[in-house]
Amino acid sequence: MSAVPATAKKDTGADTAQAVGTRWWTPYALLSPGMLWLVVFFAVPTITLVSTSLQSGTLESGFSFTFEFGNYVDAVSGSWEVYLKSLVYSLLATMSCLAIAYPLAYTMAFKAGRWKNIMLVLVIAPFFTSFLLRTNAWKTILSDNGFVVTWMHNLGILEVLNAIQIPVIFADGISGADRVLQTPLGVIAGLTYNFLPFMTLPLYASLERIDVRLIEAGQDLYATPWTAFRKVTFPLSLPGVVAGTLLTFIPAAGDPVNASLLGGPRDAMVGNKIYNTFYRLFDYPLAAALSVILMAMIVTLVTLYVRRAGTEELV
Amino acid sequence: MTEQQNVEPAAAPVSSGAVAESAGGADLHIVEVTKRFGDFVAVDDLTLTIPAGAFFALLGPSGCGKTTMLRMVAGLEEPTAGRIVIGDRDVTALRPYRRPVNTVFQNYALFPHLDIFENVAFGLRRKGSKTVKADVERMLDLVELTTYARRKPTQLSGGQQQRVAVARALVNNPEVLLLDEPLGALDLKLRRQMQIELKRIQTDVGITFAHVTHDQEEAMTMADTIAVMNAGRIEQMGAPIDLYENPVTTFVANFLGQSNLIRGSITGTSGGDSLLDVQGIRMAMPTSRVHSDNADVWVGVRPEKVHIELAGSATAEGHNVAPAVISDASYIGVSTQYLAKLPWGQEVGVFAQNMTTQGPLRVGDEVSLSWDPENTFALDAQQDADAGAEKIEGDT
Repeated sequence: MSAVPATAKKDTGADTAQAVGTRWWTPYALLSPGMLWLVVFFAVPTITLVSTSLQSGTLESGFSFTFEFGNYVDAVSGSWEVYLKSLVYSLLATMSCLAIAYPLAYTMAFKAGRWKNIMLVLVIAPFFTSFLLRTNAWKTILSDNGFVVTWMHNLGILEVLNAIQIPVIFADGISGADRVLQTPLGVIAGLTYNFLPFMTLPLYASLERIDVRLIEAGQDLYATPWTAFRKVTFPLSLPGVVAGTLLTFIPAAGDPVNASLLGGPRDAMVGNKIYNTFYRLFDYPLAAALSVILMAMIVTLVTLYVRRAGTEELV
Repeated sequence: MTEQQNVEPAAAPVSSGAVAESAGGADLHIVEVTKRFGDFVAVDDLTLTIPAGAFFALLGPSGCGKTTMLRMVAGLEEPTAGRIVIGDRDVTALRPYRRPVNTVFQNYALFPHLDIFENVAFGLRRKGSKTVKADVERMLDLVELTTYARRKPTQLSGGQQQRVAVARALVNNPEVLLLDEPLGALDLKLRRQMQIELKRIQTDVGITFAHVTHDQEEAMTMADTIAVMNAGRIEQMGAPIDLYENPVTTFVANFLGQSNLIRGSITGTSGGDSLLDVQGIRMAMPTSRVHSDNADVWVGVRPEKVHIELAGSATAEGHNVAPAVISDASYIGVSTQYLAKLPWGQEVGVFAQNMTTQGPLRVGDEVSLSWDPENTFALDAQQDADAGAEKIEGDT
């Protein structure tokens, strides 16, 4: 690698281009810092994870690599309900984030004027406190005799949510009849809150870039403000929507903190399952297999989603 | 709809199709319109009428309020006072999407997420037209972009994007088409082409075009009527030839082309002529071309109207004559541009055709400048002689 600048110096100006072009390894040398980074931070951990997932043994007797595909069978048969729940919870959290963040980002981008920067700071401000602390604070907000639950109860919202019972996913309803903590709603609320900035910022970035003259052009061409939004503003903000949903959905799907602090034992997500398998059961191969499956699932879903959204054509 | 024979067969259906129904467009009346942004008056009590079917240009330097005026017609800005009437309909209170006007935006504002066909179809689809496909294809034909229908705007050149923007607006048969600096982003050669193209389209479809520009050449090439706007007001309005040959303010005299403005005073009249005293030299000019209530005037003449001859040569009978010394001569092939110093120190510009192969007069030559009284105009001396003149960079 260090040979590149050394030999380059020897070349006179005229034949530098040709000389560099003829050394076959030059491109690889230039690529090496990035490749090294990838190997250390991506390839090695992934290979370790996959190879661990194919080991067998116990903590006492030691683990050995035996192509133990049975780990995957165990992971799927023992945890498919948890996977399903994780996907549904994080999907609902992502949708809630979008519903809250879009109007917020829109206001910041087009209506806020001089308040724009203050609003941006407010969106980012929660990051100054620890994730765990903030999630714990929601325990108080959503506590059984707190005002949120009281209001939702009085308005009959909890009753409705409690009545929506879907086997496996919401076996006891989305929320309790008079509580939010220790129910799926608590987990989804926590995820929504915690990942809201990750949705808001990319949305804001893409909305802010939209040329207002395009919206004016839409109105000039007989589009009502609502139609102009549907046909011009929203399609142009799709890159932000895609980026925001990915940045929300991916970490939310694997997050163990919200489920363990705000959910009940039956609301566990994959993150909790992996955590328990690793730290409580010390079954490293099974924990690795659970992780690999989660990774594969997310990669597949994200690929399908990005293909479907077809945003690569957008400027 | 006069020059049908010049239209290629491909574009011919336009004239008989939907576009022809609105041929002539509608009158646009702007009545006592004022627009203020805080303390700043962008448009100041402006009244004008653009007749149906006209190609009208609103010409002025940047910041003179011309774009604001156009945006108020489009409905994108609300006038502080006054009315905007299209045909017989007062549209002042109408939202932009309810007005029978369409705009060709500066930098086009094409929808980047839609292809060319869908860009052009946008307005028709909003109106729920049943003949979207036929209309869009006819319009793409008119602007000669049929083969680009499925491309995205970013895949087109500037000139092509410009034509898409025109097609997207025109396809809706607006009563008035608004063009906001439509050629500003194009290079010089393309701009010339598009000037001719736009003029052809306007002649074809016969819709009222209201065009905003800061480029005097663009306005003069395309428009039948030009209004010169300055600081929110209209300085002068008329055919290009009237504005150029007979400007009524120093701003118009300097903004459209160049003018020599020499301080003088009106001493009397003789028949249809006014007699002038210009720094001691007696001159004459038609009284109809005096645009001043004051006796103190700027005596104006365009540089190309001035004859320049070596001192002592005979000058034409009855011309206004002034002695001068050449202080600068730039030979540019087809003509020579002189700066000549008058006895009282003022320099005037002279453009002379190079009629012989002898080469230009030299710096320091004593010459006599002469021009026909008919080509003289006189403006109020209370106006700033430099108003509207091109500023040299760094000059404030």
